[in-house]
Amino acid sequence: MPDPMTPLAISAYTATSAMGRGLHAHLASLRGERTALQPNDFGPTPLPCWVGRVAGLEDAPLPAPHAGWDCRNNRLAWLGLQQDDFMSRVLEARARYGADRVALVLGTSTASIGATEEAYRTLDADGGFADAMLRPELHAPHSLAAFVAAALGLEGPCLTISTACSSSAKVFASAERLLRLGLVDAAVVGGVDSLCASVLFGFNALELVSRTPCRPFDADRDGISIGEAAAFALLERGMAAPGRPRLIGYGESSDAHHMSTPDPNGRGAELALRAALERAAIEPAQVDYVNLHGTASIKNDEVEAAVLERLFPITTRASSSKGYSGHTLGAAGALEAVISLLAMAHDLLPGNLGATTPDPRCGPRFAWRNESRPITVALSNSFGFGGNNACLLFAHAGVAP
Amino acid sequence: MTSLPLRLYIEGVGVWSPQLAGFPALCEVLAGAMPTPPAKAPTASILPPAERRRAPACVRLALEVAQQATAASGRELATLPCVFASSHGDQATTDYMCATLAREPLELSPTRFHNSVHNAAAGYWTIAVGCRAASSAVSAGRASFGAGLLEAGSQVLGNDEAVLLACADTVGVGPMYEVTGCREAFGCALVLAPQRSANTLARVDVQLTSVLPEPPLPEPLASWCSNSPSAPALALLALLARGGGHCQLAAAPALGLHIDLERIP
Repeated sequence: MPDPMTPLAISAYTATSAMGRGLHAHLASLRGERTALQPNDFGPTPLPCWVGRVAGLEDAPLPAPHAGWDCRNNRLAWLGLQQDDFMSRVLEARARYGADRVALVLGTSTASIGATEEAYRTLDADGGFADAMLRPELHAPHSLAAFVAAALGLEGPCLTISTACSSSAKVFASAERLLRLGLVDAAVVGGVDSLCASVLFGFNALELVSRTPCRPFDADRDGISIGEAAAFALLERGMAAPGRPRLIGYGESSDAHHMSTPDPNGRGAELALRAALERAAIEPAQVDYVNLHGTASIKNDEVEAAVLERLFPITTRASSSKGYSGHTLGAAGALEAVISLLAMAHDLLPGNLGATTPDPRCGPRFAWRNESRPITVALSNSFGFGGNNACLLFAHAGVAP
Repeated sequence: MTSLPLRLYIEGVGVWSPQLAGFPALCEVLAGAMPTPPAKAPTASILPPAERRRAPACVRLALEVAQQATAASGRELATLPCVFASSHGDQATTDYMCATLAREPLELSPTRFHNSVHNAAAGYWTIAVGCRAASSAVSAGRASFGAGLLEAGSQVLGNDEAVLLACADTVGVGPMYEVTGCREAFGCALVLAPQRSANTLARVDVQLTSVLPEPPLPEPLASWCSNSPSAPALALLALLARGGGHCQLAAAPALGLHIDLERIP
């Protein structure tokens, strides 16, 4: 089991999703218990389903100096960086520590595969990419982090983590190690995933996409609604940002079970949860709120509800926020970290939007509607394809162990 | 850069390319010999038959080198965390996905979709060896091996435990061939540990540095290196084969790793 960790400060954070641009928009969406899901109108042949689509990306090309990186995923990243003064906070950190002392660790599952799909739809007569699409750096999983590193002028470690739906939760763990080993003094972490045919038709092929807005933990749930998001956080050592919330623990594990369905016994998920609690040196009873992975797939929610009941006392409150934003896949870890931090900052425990008939397996821990209560410690779960699990623990600065 | 070096111990090494069946073959090349090339492509014999049929080429390559490296280390695979690095993942899967989506998106194969995740190799590996420890899948273009080494090395020292690092890329398929510039498959793997053990092959000190020009590799390594984004790892593997020395690896566009390697008898 891991040793306890020294908490890290989250000195800035932001999110952009279908719920809106920036923290105020996300808070308003949560307070209003309003879904941001809409009927899917994405792509040349839209799949009949609901999506969490970020408005306005079509009309927001990247500024001229970054034009070579232009694609939907990088537009979303750029839009996300502009909110809540996040980019300014990063540039201040860069000035404070030096460009080579700030790491960039980003999670994504789609990266800019949407641009590669487009290139295949518009091939030349000879079967090759059209000249305008011949941008090799764009047609690679690292395109997001490479673009953001260039946009922020960062010269430290720069890594893409792509472990499906746990990608942008694991970035917090990688950044913590780089900081702890003294390799950097700050880290920009986050995740960006954007709507594209690969994920819409891919999850559809696996019969995991609902035709209706997703209903996490509902007895009649029948699949996910895919969303897109950009969410970022700036991590520094605690003394650099005394009043800011803390990352107090994380846990990572593998299911060793199946490529696309979770271990029915939830053993991998439980290992990641226990590792996060060990690093934070806290007991399950000290967790006030669990932001569940809660995708609204039949299997995930069944397994996750059982793990929640097995590990946490009846006083723990839990919900999925996928009913607001949709499942933002590689960005979900970072988006839901931000939602957990918002919940803590505003004493707002988000209700499990979308479920009208709770699954009888879901016990009294579930918050079906919004609750106003202090949240000192919040946990966020992210579980991905390939049986890849990551859990994050956050706390208010004053109470971090 | 003022950080202290990361001191790691190599306990196992694996290599595969169309010219190299394993690390001994690389040693022969560096000694001026011409080793027999591997008879066939990697088969991922560690996988159960059903998974072996489904696993794409890049997964089979990554598992081949992971199997080679871990066999030498003698580590318990069920508890060994792993980091799988790749610039492009499985390129035949990417080509299939994009071509099918352009033509008839509703015909997409569910198996090939789940094979398209960048962590496919990590997923298949952890299933094959029953590993419930942390597994990761990372990418950093032509710096994928260096960035993966930094990620794996920080896990080794941050968590005080051995970690498997594998890095693999296959040949570009379809129109992506000219875009990715991946002309040849290359994969390699290392088992990295925080302390010296009976199975230690070498000690490696890794230090962050501003990128320095890499000393040119001798042929044929230089050509192999330009043919695969995973092959810059050959700079480190050559040190291991020769018994020691130093080199630079890219970890990011403006960040290098200075590698100092000493073979342990």
